[in-house]
Amino acid sequence: MDMNAPIGQNALDDPKSIVGKPLDRIDGRLKVTGAARYAYEFAQETTTTYGYVVEAAIGKGRIRSIDTRAAERSPGVVLILTHRNTPGQGTGSHHEAHPVLTDANVNYYGQPAAFVVAETFEQARAAAYLVRVDYERVAGKYALESNLKYAGSPPAQEGQPHPDSAVGDFTGAFASAPVQLDVTYTTPLQSHAMMEPHASMAVWEGDKLTLHTANQMLSQGQEAVARTLKMPVENVRLISPFIGGGFGGKLWVNADAILAAIAARQLNRPVKTALTRQQIFHVTTHRSDTVQRIRLGTDRDGRIVAIGHDVFSGNLPSEQSFETAAMQTRTLYVGANRLTRHRLVPLDIPIASSMRAPGEAVGMLALECAMDELAAKLNLDPIDLRIRNEPTEDPEKHIPYSSRHLIACLQEGAKRFGWDKRNPKPGQVADGRWLVGMGVAAASRGNPLRTSKANVRLDPDGILTAKMAMTDIGTGTYTIMTQIAAEMLGLPPDRIRMELGDTRFPEAAGSGGSFGAASAGSALFDACETLRAKLAGAAGMDPKAARFADGNIEAGGRSKRLTDLVGNAGMEADGEIGPGTTLKDFSQQSYGAHFAEVAVDMDTGEIRLRRMLGVFTAGRILNEKTARSQAIGGMVFGIGAALEEGLNLDPRFGHFVNHDLAEYHVPVHADVPVIDAVFLPELDTKSNPLKSKGIGELGISGAGAALANAIYNACGARVRDYPITLDKVLTVLPVQA
Amino acid sequence: MKAFTYERAETITRAAAAAVKPGTKFIAGGTNLLDLMKLQVETPSQLVDINRLPLDKIEDTSDGGLRIGATVRNSDLAADPRVRRRYGVLSRALLSGASAQLRNKATTGGNLLQRTRCYYFYDVTKPCNKREPGSGCAALGGFNRIHAVLGTSELCIATHPSDMAVAMRALDANVETLDAEGKARSIPIADFHRFPARTPQIETMLKPGEIVTAVTLPPPPPGTQIYRKVRDRASYAFALVSVAAIVDAAGGRIRSARLAFGGLASKPWRVAQAEERLAGASADAEAFDGAANAVLDGARGYGHNDFKVPLARRTLRAVLTEATRA
Repeated sequence: MDMNAPIGQNALDDPKSIVGKPLDRIDGRLKVTGAARYAYEFAQETTTTYGYVVEAAIGKGRIRSIDTRAAERSPGVVLILTHRNTPGQGTGSHHEAHPVLTDANVNYYGQPAAFVVAETFEQARAAAYLVRVDYERVAGKYALESNLKYAGSPPAQEGQPHPDSAVGDFTGAFASAPVQLDVTYTTPLQSHAMMEPHASMAVWEGDKLTLHTANQMLSQGQEAVARTLKMPVENVRLISPFIGGGFGGKLWVNADAILAAIAARQLNRPVKTALTRQQIFHVTTHRSDTVQRIRLGTDRDGRIVAIGHDVFSGNLPSEQSFETAAMQTRTLYVGANRLTRHRLVPLDIPIASSMRAPGEAVGMLALECAMDELAAKLNLDPIDLRIRNEPTEDPEKHIPYSSRHLIACLQEGAKRFGWDKRNPKPGQVADGRWLVGMGVAAASRGNPLRTSKANVRLDPDGILTAKMAMTDIGTGTYTIMTQIAAEMLGLPPDRIRMELGDTRFPEAAGSGGSFGAASAGSALFDACETLRAKLAGAAGMDPKAARFADGNIEAGGRSKRLTDLVGNAGMEADGEIGPGTTLKDFSQQSYGAHFAEVAVDMDTGEIRLRRMLGVFTAGRILNEKTARSQAIGGMVFGIGAALEEGLNLDPRFGHFVNHDLAEYHVPVHADVPVIDAVFLPELDTKSNPLKSKGIGELGISGAGAALANAIYNACGARVRDYPITLDKVLTVLPVQA
Repeated sequence: MKAFTYERAETITRAAAAAVKPGTKFIAGGTNLLDLMKLQVETPSQLVDINRLPLDKIEDTSDGGLRIGATVRNSDLAADPRVRRRYGVLSRALLSGASAQLRNKATTGGNLLQRTRCYYFYDVTKPCNKREPGSGCAALGGFNRIHAVLGTSELCIATHPSDMAVAMRALDANVETLDAEGKARSIPIADFHRFPARTPQIETMLKPGEIVTAVTLPPPPPGTQIYRKVRDRASYAFALVSVAAIVDAAGGRIRSARLAFGGLASKPWRVAQAEERLAGASADAEAFDGAANAVLDGARGYGHNDFKVPLARRTLRAVLTEATRA
């Protein structure tokens, strides 16, 4: 089915409900006992070989010569791939293909220059250090801020948001606005830093390729592998039952998969490879840094009359994707005159791509900090300012919201957090040698839906098996899908066998962009609806009146065992969901409010979070526990974005200096003392049959801004250059007593 | 990682003798060495495992101090009741370093000998005089936020990353060693680490084959002991600035003070003039600033680390205020 009309009452609205309950992860035991197998843990055959990537050590130029002789003589080495012996491959954007070792050109630092395959990982790694590459360097453009003059408009792409939007006369309205704010924020280069490194194992049987690989969107990945290797899609199988985090870093096929596949074909042996932690930072994708100018013009009462957001981000000259940081600015607040523009700077650094909440994650660091600055300027409470600017319809598209409870989130959060105890004047609250402050920010994230398919089969033994080429990247997909199937068929969760992570199963949306649960879950819902109708038919009952509970179907006072209806072969059904007109007729976002209390050491400027609360609405919550974990995980990302995360570029080499987890800081446990996330009840009938909305990225959207605003409230430092490290507040700290 | 031979030493003299062979490294916890070997920053041809040597005891010395065996784990040292009671600055310094898992493996000797965290030192494709003498220093004109502002040379601006060693510097520890001929010596910790000068690749006074057997602590000096570590996140981060302070003060007057600093220099940093200025001085802002001036005399930043100079000044002021509070 396509989402062309709002959803009425359906089977999930039944109050008995398994869906929504805080069911423990059904794969939890497998994971904590090490029994869940990840890409690198498959098939330790004696014939398996191990590959190790040699990264280009310059930012831009070409390989003049490459000497592999010493490496070839090194113990255990069976193959060294370079551009000289690697077959031609298909090309495309990094969404479509990932050709490797194509020629002598080096387009970015860390681009694979060779791939050494040996009998053991250690042998491959040792030999990789013996590969001598002689480079011819040319000048490259590396740093975003020093290359803004090369910025251009990225081409508008079908199905993607347009880089520009304009309503009314922004320039005139801003110029004549009684209150004006014009501020520029910068956010740094960021890396996904997921736990599991990118890893693949390639096995060929004739002209058929099986790839065990860590990939978030298997169906797209299958196509990209086929396109890159110039082979039929049906000959490519991707298997990925468990993924140790992705955050967008595994959305697309990366070099590990293609290198392993090419080497395995040449050797006619399985090839396994995992990027080292240090390699991940350059060989795979990252989030671009941004320069963002926000302009807000209001009347004397704080109502926005002009809102503008200009965004610069960077990517390789061959790539057209940009950081969509102004998307929420188009819809979050009122304002008759609006202007957003995204500009892309061609840079010779590794591929910039999606990272958790692409767009919102950094865009709202700017917008929601600017709203706080505006509130201070107007002498208004920041919550009050947002209430004054709450729209009744999407201010750009002039269509209704599918559901929107931003103000309820702000008010409920304020009550729970004790917002009324905040002193609006900065630098007034001390606790020992700490200056303490509170901050608030709105959360808002687009709610997408993608095409997805599912197959279910109920067998005579009472087991319902569901199959989808869906992935669980640690978010709890196995669990929520189990709950949906159990709810729909009236079966206990332990009667559901959820099979994910294999392109032999029906094509699914995959995990990304907060669309996974809604898309795959709706496809599963649809398949279960069809199976329910078939079962009702077999029972001679009216499907609309039939109720499913305890393994039985009941209608009109009659009850039958489901297992008696499915025959010896079992009963199957397919399901499908596709986005439809409700995405165009309604403006769809999930919403929330972040509250943070931080302390700033008045001697050293050290900034520590004390407590944090997120209050969200995201339609039907499918599992209270995994949803809360998702939200908290996003908020922790926000803490990192506000205080810690950032790749430091060395413009002499075009490389990320701090390419390990010792110096690329993400929050540790001690940085996250007290944190909670609350979902207010909501059902969104325009979103999808589950009436849910995406939650994977809502938690990060706006989270860091709440901390930035709390820092301002604590010590009076308005830092517009993220992350806010102690050196940036040192100069405004009080003279020591 | 390059192929290497591995030997498990059964006696201290055997370990020292085996280590005379060029390319030999001792391995204890391995928390730093193995990382460096994977990156080929270290490429030993032989590893001598000293984990079985009888160097894992903490013993009282006859003068009322402590003798800490070289393979005593950081966790065990931090938790030792004598250390907690009498050398609180050391216990706190240890617990502020690394993570619980690393502290469970890391040893006293290894902590002293850990290498710098300079990003360019860790990256074999970049120039580094410490890793490859004569190749240049990429940090000087590069990204150097975590680098030193004191004791640097034009060849190297790396810091020594240890917390433990900073506390030991304030405690006037001695490093006990045994050389390949079986001769023991005791090196004051002030002399143990060298300035980078013209040879940043030579980091300590140890000769080939010489093995650290213990660290001895004299009886604790009187006064309040404080370890203050300033860092970018609440745990698991190296010091931007750290201060180990032992201050004996009463009635608003300072009798004696010892101050050692981490994160600022190529080695744990201590300035006698700063302590002399404080001895006998009244505990006030003027005295604290005078001490800071003496500590930071000659300090220079290299761009990204300029903030360390004012940060060190403010941190010292906070520590001295706390230590002398009535």
